[in-house]
Amino acid sequence: MSRFNSTEIAMALQAKTNHRRIQALGLVAVAISLAGCHTDMWRQPKTQPLDASEFYVDGQVSRPLVPGTIARDHLREDEPYFTGAANAKWVDTIPHTVDKEFLKRGQERFNIYCTPCHGRLGDGKGMIATRGYQLRRPVASYHNDRLRNMPVGYFYDVITNGYGAMYSYASRVEPEDRWAIVAYIRALQLSQHANPSDADGKALASAELTPSPTSALRDERVVTR
Amino acid sequence: MAQIFKPSANSITQVGLLSVAIGVPTLWLGIAGLSRSPANTKVQVPKNQPVPFSHQHHTWELGIDCRYCHTSVEKSSYAGLPATETCMSCHSQIWTNSPLLEPIRQSYETGMPIQWNLVNKVPDFVHFNHSIHVDRGINCNTCHGAVNQMHITYKGNSFQMAWCLQCHRAPERYLYKDDSASGKGLTPRQQVFNVYWKLQEFGPANLNDQEKDLVRGDYNGAQPWEQDKIAAGKKLVSEYGVKVQQLADCSVCHY
Ligand code: HEC
Ligand code: HEC
Ligand code: HEC
Ligand code: HEC
Ligand code: HEC
Ligand code: HEC
Repeated sequence: MSRFNSTEIAMALQAKTNHRRIQALGLVAVAISLAGCHTDMWRQPKTQPLDASEFYVDGQVSRPLVPGTIARDHLREDEPYFTGAANAKWVDTIPHTVDKEFLKRGQERFNIYCTPCHGRLGDGKGMIATRGYQLRRPVASYHNDRLRNMPVGYFYDVITNGYGAMYSYASRVEPEDRWAIVAYIRALQLSQHANPSDADGKALASAELTPSPTSALRDERVVTR
Repeated sequence: MAQIFKPSANSITQVGLLSVAIGVPTLWLGIAGLSRSPANTKVQVPKNQPVPFSHQHHTWELGIDCRYCHTSVEKSSYAGLPATETCMSCHSQIWTNSPLLEPIRQSYETGMPIQWNLVNKVPDFVHFNHSIHVDRGINCNTCHGAVNQMHITYKGNSFQMAWCLQCHRAPERYLYKDDSASGKGLTPRQQVFNVYWKLQEFGPANLNDQEKDLVRGDYNGAQPWEQDKIAAGKKLVSEYGVKVQQLADCSVCHY
């Protein structure tokens, strides 16, 4: 019937199981050495800023503040400083000492957040305004009588709450920097509308805004490519 | 007694020894090479994003400052990615019908954040901090490559430990100061961002050596033969008070 006798078959089976054993042993060895390569320290079960969340409805782990939360030292009871208004009127003076340092800070922040649209001179001819030919609303220039006569509190409010087509910058510019920007806008308005008899102007001019690379004096934008 | 080794054993041994001598280093180099290759580190491999955002377009051509979008980079460990609202501050006005921007408009309406695919990431057991590096005048491009030329963002460097240590062991090779008129009076932090402005304003031809390398994305610091640059770097190291002795301690990055 069969060409093999029973001993031969038994030996063949034995060889096969031996083979299996060796294979299994090999697999165990691989498994043991791979067990050393775990990645739970690479990606720890903690959350970091910007992480996605499957738990919260809006899909992010960073939670917005519960309305009404006040962090320590963040009680904003100084109304003029944090709203730009007192007794329902825009404040007239900047609630911060205005010195060279402060104006420089204002210049830097202005150049980051405002120049793309308003231009380095505040004339409304920023890169976006000149390229985005299809702007729905033109970018405002600061150099008109209405804005020159606006109290500083108004500018603070525009940065904080936006104005018309312009969005709010409150989430990116802190209150102190907003005032610094306001001070710098005033300096721009004066520099573009020089009036020697202006006492305020003297005060600001004496702050000596030395032309730095990000100077307001240059607005020629040449892109060579 | 029968001979244990046949004559052929000689050549088998020789071949065996030779293949060990060649094979082990080859395997070692191969693994080392693989772990440093783009296939593993993803360097220069662009990553798909929900919106094809182009840094080249926004930062170089339009000249938008990095901080307009990566607002927290100078004051916190994270650079952060912009909120949808930040894109909308412009795109509610321009390119309002672009189909590419549909996810942005959707996100703005629904309040669901855009899920960007993070390109740069160190493992969770490494602590990295942006603000200190920016405060020491280390340009974004030193680490991230030529961001200003990226159409789709990719990783500029491996961010492997050896790469970090290359600088932490000899920061004097990488620190430099812009001595030209446009760099006068700038703090190291301001200098970081001034490079992009200079590039846009004056074009690549008017940058100094280091800045040219930076905007091209291949800044490798001063080489050993550039002694003057290293000397200048040493001066900055003491001026900024960089603690070189401790900078390569494990506890700086692992804690
Ligand atoms: C994305 C472009 C953009 C940016 C960036 C921008 N603005 Fe505006 N801004 C506008 C537009 C557009 C208007 C006109 C809005 C309108 O008329 O509806 C405007 C108007 C203004 C006005 C005039 C308000 C009035 O009464 O006429 C002020 C002041 C102002 N912006 C200040 C700022 C300051 C300060 C910053 C920087 C923190 C800034 N803007 C950044 C687009 C921008
Ligand atoms: C300061 C203004 C500004 C901001 C902020 C801005 N963009 Fe843009 N973006 C532009 C301008 C201007 C153009 C195109 C103009 C041109 O081609 O001349 C543009 C073009 C684009 C395009 C190409 C559109 C097309 O159809 O070709 C995409 C995609 C885009 N932006 C995405 C984004 C994303 C995502 C963000 C937020 C992270 C963003 N932008 C923030 C000004 C801005
Ligand atoms: C108009 C907004 C905008 C500006 C300006 C901008 N970025 Fe970005 N950046 C983004 C967005 C959106 C992403 C996420 C999408 C991506 O990776 O392309 C990003 C991603 C990055 C990343 C990769 C992050 C990661 O790991 O996924 C780096 C690095 C980066 N930006 C550096 C810069 C530098 C350097 C500048 C200044 C030269 C700059 N960015 C200016 C919007 C901006
Ligand atoms: C010393 C090297 C270094 C410098 C300089 C540097 N970065 Fe980074 N950046 C990193 C590393 C490392 C990560 C990954 C961090 C992580 O995973 O926590 C990163 C991550 C990012 C991210 C992703 C989001 C995040 O915060 O993790 C953005 C965006 C970014 N960098 C932008 C910038 C910008 C803009 C600058 C310049 C102002 C800059 N980086 C300078 C090394 C650097
Ligand atoms: C081009 C140079 C350079 C590179 C690349 C670099 N660093 Fe640094 N790093 C510095 C300098 C300079 C300091 C400031 C040290 C000081 O002032 O004492 C620093 C500081 C730090 C600190 C803070 C140390 C402290 O005293 O608090 C950490 C953490 C750090 N680096 C992590 C990293 C990691 C992680 C990487 C790689 C992803 C990296 N760095 C890449 C130059 C560099
Ligand atoms: C400048 C920052 C820095 C310092 C200092 C540093 N490391 Fe690391 N280390 C890293 C980074 C970044 C990684 C992640 C590498 C990767 O993603 O592959 C890492 C990874 C590691 C790993 C995981 C294995 C690997 O290479 O991926 C070990 C183990 C380690 N470091 C040990 C040390 C020890 C021990 C020291 C002190 C002698 C040290 N590190 C100092 C930044 C640092």
